[in-house]
Amino acid sequence: MLTVKNLRLGFTAGRQTLAAVDGISFAISKGETFALLGESGCGKSVTAQGIMRLLPAAGRVLTGSVQLDGEELLALPEADMRRIRGGRMAMIFQEPATSLNPVLTVGRQIGEVLERHRNLRGEAATERMLELLRQVGIADPERRLGEYPFQLSGGMKQRVMIAMALAGNPQLLIADEPTTALDVTIQAQILDLLARLQAERGMGMLLITHDLGVVARMAHRIGVMYAGELVEVASREEFFTRPRHPYTQALFAALPEVSRRGLKLTTIPGQVPSLSAMPAGCRFADRCAHVMPQCRTVSPDWREVGTGHVVRCHWTGEAADVETIGHAITELNIEPGRPFLEMNQLKVHFPIRRGLFQRTVGHVRAVDGVSMAISAGRTLALVGESGCGKTTVGKALLQLIKPTDGSVKLGGGELVGMTPKRLRAARRHMQMVFQDPFASLNPRMRVGEIIAEGMTVLTLKVDANAQREAVAALLKQVGLPDEAAGRYPHEFSGGQRQRIAIARALAVQPELLICDEPTSALDVSVQAQILNLLKSLQEELGVAYLFITHNFAVVEYLAHDVAVMYLGRIVEQGRAEEVLRSPKHPYTQALLSAVPVPRLEAHTSVIRLPGETPSPANPPQGCHFHPRCPQAMAVCRQNYPETSTVSPTHTVNCHLIG
Amino acid sequence: MMGFQIIVLWSDVLIWLLVAAGMGVGVLIAKNPPLLSAWRRVGASRVGMASAVVLIAFALIGLVDSLHYRSQLESKPGQPVVYSVEVLSLLDALVTPLRTRNEKTYSEPFATRLYAKETIDVPGKGTVRDYPRLKYGGIHLGEREDEVAADVAMTAFRAAVLAFLGWLAVAGVVAQIVARDGSGWQKIWRGETVFAWNALLIMLGLILLIAVPLFALSTQYHVFGTDKVGQDVLYQILKSVRTGLIIGLVTTLVMLPMAVLLGIVAGYFRGWVDDVIQYVYTVLSSIPGVLLIAAAVLMMQVVIDTHPQWFSTSAERADLRLLALCFILGITSWTGLCRLLRGETLKLRELEYIQAAQAFGVSNWRIIVRHILPNLMHIVIIALVMDFSGLVLAEAVLSYVGIGVDPSMTSFGTMINSARMELGREPVVWWSLAAAFTAMFILVLAANLFADAVRDAFDPRAA
Amino acid sequence: MLAYIVRRLLYAIPILIGVNLITFALFFVVNTPDDMARMQLGVKRVTPEAIEKWKVERGYDKPLLINAEATGMATVTDTVFFQKSARMFVGDFGRAEDGRDIAREISARMGPSLAIALPTFILGLFVTVTFALTLAFFRATAFDFWGVVLCVAMMSISGLFYIIGGQYLISKVWRLVPISGFGDGLDAWRFLILPVLIGVVSGIGSSARWYRTIFLEEVGKDYVRTARAKGLPETVVFFRHVLRNALIPILTGIVVVIPLLFMGSLLTESFFGIPGLGSYTIDAINAQDFAVVRSMVFIGSVLYIVGLILTDISYTLVDPRIRFE
Repeated sequence: MLTVKNLRLGFTAGRQTLAAVDGISFAISKGETFALLGESGCGKSVTAQGIMRLLPAAGRVLTGSVQLDGEELLALPEADMRRIRGGRMAMIFQEPATSLNPVLTVGRQIGEVLERHRNLRGEAATERMLELLRQVGIADPERRLGEYPFQLSGGMKQRVMIAMALAGNPQLLIADEPTTALDVTIQAQILDLLARLQAERGMGMLLITHDLGVVARMAHRIGVMYAGELVEVASREEFFTRPRHPYTQALFAALPEVSRRGLKLTTIPGQVPSLSAMPAGCRFADRCAHVMPQCRTVSPDWREVGTGHVVRCHWTGEAADVETIGHAITELNIEPGRPFLEMNQLKVHFPIRRGLFQRTVGHVRAVDGVSMAISAGRTLALVGESGCGKTTVGKALLQLIKPTDGSVKLGGGELVGMTPKRLRAARRHMQMVFQDPFASLNPRMRVGEIIAEGMTVLTLKVDANAQREAVAALLKQVGLPDEAAGRYPHEFSGGQRQRIAIARALAVQPELLICDEPTSALDVSVQAQILNLLKSLQEELGVAYLFITHNFAVVEYLAHDVAVMYLGRIVEQGRAEEVLRSPKHPYTQALLSAVPVPRLEAHTSVIRLPGETPSPANPPQGCHFHPRCPQAMAVCRQNYPETSTVSPTHTVNCHLIG
Repeated sequence: MMGFQIIVLWSDVLIWLLVAAGMGVGVLIAKNPPLLSAWRRVGASRVGMASAVVLIAFALIGLVDSLHYRSQLESKPGQPVVYSVEVLSLLDALVTPLRTRNEKTYSEPFATRLYAKETIDVPGKGTVRDYPRLKYGGIHLGEREDEVAADVAMTAFRAAVLAFLGWLAVAGVVAQIVARDGSGWQKIWRGETVFAWNALLIMLGLILLIAVPLFALSTQYHVFGTDKVGQDVLYQILKSVRTGLIIGLVTTLVMLPMAVLLGIVAGYFRGWVDDVIQYVYTVLSSIPGVLLIAAAVLMMQVVIDTHPQWFSTSAERADLRLLALCFILGITSWTGLCRLLRGETLKLRELEYIQAAQAFGVSNWRIIVRHILPNLMHIVIIALVMDFSGLVLAEAVLSYVGIGVDPSMTSFGTMINSARMELGREPVVWWSLAAAFTAMFILVLAANLFADAVRDAFDPRAA
Repeated sequence: MLAYIVRRLLYAIPILIGVNLITFALFFVVNTPDDMARMQLGVKRVTPEAIEKWKVERGYDKPLLINAEATGMATVTDTVFFQKSARMFVGDFGRAEDGRDIAREISARMGPSLAIALPTFILGLFVTVTFALTLAFFRATAFDFWGVVLCVAMMSISGLFYIIGGQYLISKVWRLVPISGFGDGLDAWRFLILPVLIGVVSGIGSSARWYRTIFLEEVGKDYVRTARAKGLPETVVFFRHVLRNALIPILTGIVVVIPLLFMGSLLTESFFGIPGLGSYTIDAINAQDFAVVRSMVFIGSVLYIVGLILTDISYTLVDPRIRFE
């Protein structure tokens, strides 16, 4: 149905035109999902925009052809192209929050498409809109039609986006990272919805994603992109059983998984070459484990390795036998010792002010009575979806946010309410690594100054020479060259910046590092590097981690203990193997089952949670989880469940257990 | 050789301090790669560099006009030395002919006769009504008054050739700097240099080709004519430049410390500090600017008029009034920048690197100085250059309304104000207004274009 | 939403009090009434008696803040502050130097001011928004480039030039309309057309450039890409999607000046001899009529604060996010 041939897309920069997509070809037939897989910057989104002819101002179609049912799209006049866009071919975007017009109602925005492509107005259009909203699973569609995007939750906005895309009855749906911005339970809902709609309507779908799990859940055929080129195209079975390109294999090997606990993850050295400095031969040659002399000079041709499985690689070997290097210490060696950080009934409430005099009318209970303990040298993973309060816990521990109530004890000393002077001394025992490597380093300071700041403030190394040596040692420890100290953050990539942030935190030799989603902004291969680094640092320094994350794969790979948070409270905690292997709380079970697994045999028993996380300003009566719980009972609506002990180390807050 | 006494006016102090500060900032920038790269982007902008050359030309005039002295009056030996009450500047000394060769009243550009008929005695014919011959304009021609055009063309041509040769010399030196091997010349004109040398050189050439002939002619003619009291208009234009520069620069610098400090403090500490600062700037910005300035200037006038003993010369009084005007303009205009900085600080303080610093227990003031201020500098620089042109324009309007600089001080506003009725005359006297508006247009246009280049280079969103 | 508006209204009260205190400080504390008298009377006529007489005539002979000699409420009310500053809240502005009641003069002069300022505002807004929208529509073309160049050139020209040049060309050389003056009724248009035209032209440069920036910022947003992905024609994308969102920042800038239209324009009115509040202010400044300037400062602030409240209200109309909060 859709045939893309030798498509080249570029961006003009000054007098040059740099090709961001360099000659890719693929086809999608009716009812088929073709997934374009690749890390950031490989040109997959540009491809989608090129097919829709929606390139940004500097973008150019250089050569190639895009045919929809035999009709050449690139040659069409703009007016005819508009008839196809939103009609026979529709697109949904990554950020539902910004992709809807904030000042127009949902009905207006869907109605536009109906009017343009289906010639529907008035009553008929409303009827159709209600039908569409029902199809995408929006309850109470009559009310939603008159609402504005800001009144909808993130998942609902994406559903509206999908309804909008479906309004023109498209033959082909292009979904550009449709679930990346969503929580894992909502992601599962949206992926189910897309799969169902596609099956019902027999649409073709071009799915763009970086997530192997999403690919496994959705795709029929997969194309792997690297540096603007397709390097491997395979059917789903072939792809997951016999990936042939070294890049594809490396992507699989870099995934953190429970089976790789105690092993070093495979990483891909180096970086994607920049558009202006593309190598002449194979573009992956510099980073490839199987590189041969001819790879540097000759760009490989397509080679068929199985039915419908083609690969662009000179190397003819089978699957790479990945070297498995073990970490020196596994969790077996670390016995849970005396907890050195304990928090008890920690609460952080933010007042909601309303009305004439801005009186406090309620509280956002971001953290509502959390008790945890962290032992030396171990990793505690705090898991939960966005808005559950996990980041607030981290900041409240460091007293960056003042806790409303409860206690945080560090080695017996109470931190809550401590005088600023004494608090400063306590701060050297724990530090934080933040989520966004681009926002966590001051762009106006040299890396050396950034790392040294903590030492200066906590007067650890006052002498300039000693400080310089300490900085050099830290840089070495996190795997950065010495001369990095004199450079500025903008000269480093995301992964390198995260290393700098880790070095900064380690500079004061803390016993506890609070890591707030430190890898969620990074690509899989870079994530593997950071995870390896964190593990080896733990071996060397015996530092404990509070690892705040939503990513279960990372938890499985890294954590010794796990705590699951929902709406400001911990619903289940225990040893990693206990919580992950035999989850007791329905929420934990649902979370685990919602994670798309990058394997063929993924879908066994699937628990789908309805609805979305309620607002922490107004949590449901009784058990916070009962409105979404598949096993809710009468008692769940009335009382919040007490803590029940499953094993000495495993506790659950659920009436089913108690 | 007559003695002289150096006079340092307050505005001179400020303007030279500014030059020193500018150099200091330059050194700081050279040491700080992120800032340096932003300025390199300004340097790469052709429009930016062309306008910068124009601005530097104006600034040089203003700086030469900011070295003041009083010359010694002739006195008998043994008596105490007495100095003239007239305060002159180095510029006045350089262009003495322009300053001293005053005619009786209006005369057109390049005229040899006055613009109004007068009764004159002609020996042998008695009294006739005719346009009298000018005392200075075109006097070297003697009786050959009809040869003005040829003479002007000849002088202008000679000066232009001189200017061109001078320009070639400068361009040759630049070419050597760009590349030692002699390919510099080609590189410049093919636009292959990172720094926009070609734009800079073209603009320099234009300025030289216009300015050198103009000054060559101005020794013999009144190139822009003379005004009602016979003063050379070119001289007035030159004197107006300094006033415009001081208003445009000192005002922003006066308000900067307050706007930066209060804006950051409000945004960083929030709470009641924020409430108080917000209240103060909302109140101040609630009073329409012109009216607040009018009221403040009126009150300042009362202070100055009731304390004549404070000033030994009229120049000092005019100077203090100019500075007071800068302060008043500054106080009425800091609110905008303050609000902007507060908003930006609110965003910055939530950033993770600030939280990382807080996690180390870095003190608030240290965070402000090391983390927040450097990341707001681009806004301050943008505000500084963006405000300049607006202030130069505002000076003209305020002086016209009568609440601007001292009437005895030459500025674009006072020039326009005193020439306001001249277009209504028959025949029309157009040259004063035309010269003032043109000079102001060139200055403001250059400032606006330079400001655009700076904003594009510093605004992170534009990059 | 109602609470929001009421809160904004209440917030205006302390602001007004602050403005009142500032004007009081400026006019009576920076300089004593004696200084003002000396200034007004001129050096030659200054005698202690003359100063005293001048102060009594204007009611400036009372104590500034607290009248220790009076009793009861009069200790507060029989003071310069209460009589001259606080009474402005109830519309009592006192008398000008020529003995006329300032409040009456102001109400009489608002009409002519508005007759110039309102058409200038409406026409100017229409012209600049249209121009900016056209530039943004043809963004990154030669038309856009030269349009911006034109804007920068136009904003570099002094406002005085537009007035002086316009008057000279249109009234004196072409003799199309009277050079200045003001008429009542239908005849007024002949006097209004030139100042309105000049007012519109002189404002185009800076506003059009600013609006263009706002439009371009909106054009780059994600929802515009969504609208294009629906296959909507570019005109619909612009007028339905971009314009609506761009209206929000534009509104903040313009609604606030609407009440200030009553104040007229200082320059235009003095050049064209229009008997409005602008020329009233200029005359007062030149005559050093402190009572009138003080009143104008206060009224100007009140109108500005009204403008702020109107802005808040207009927000609730165009931005659903505030309407439903």
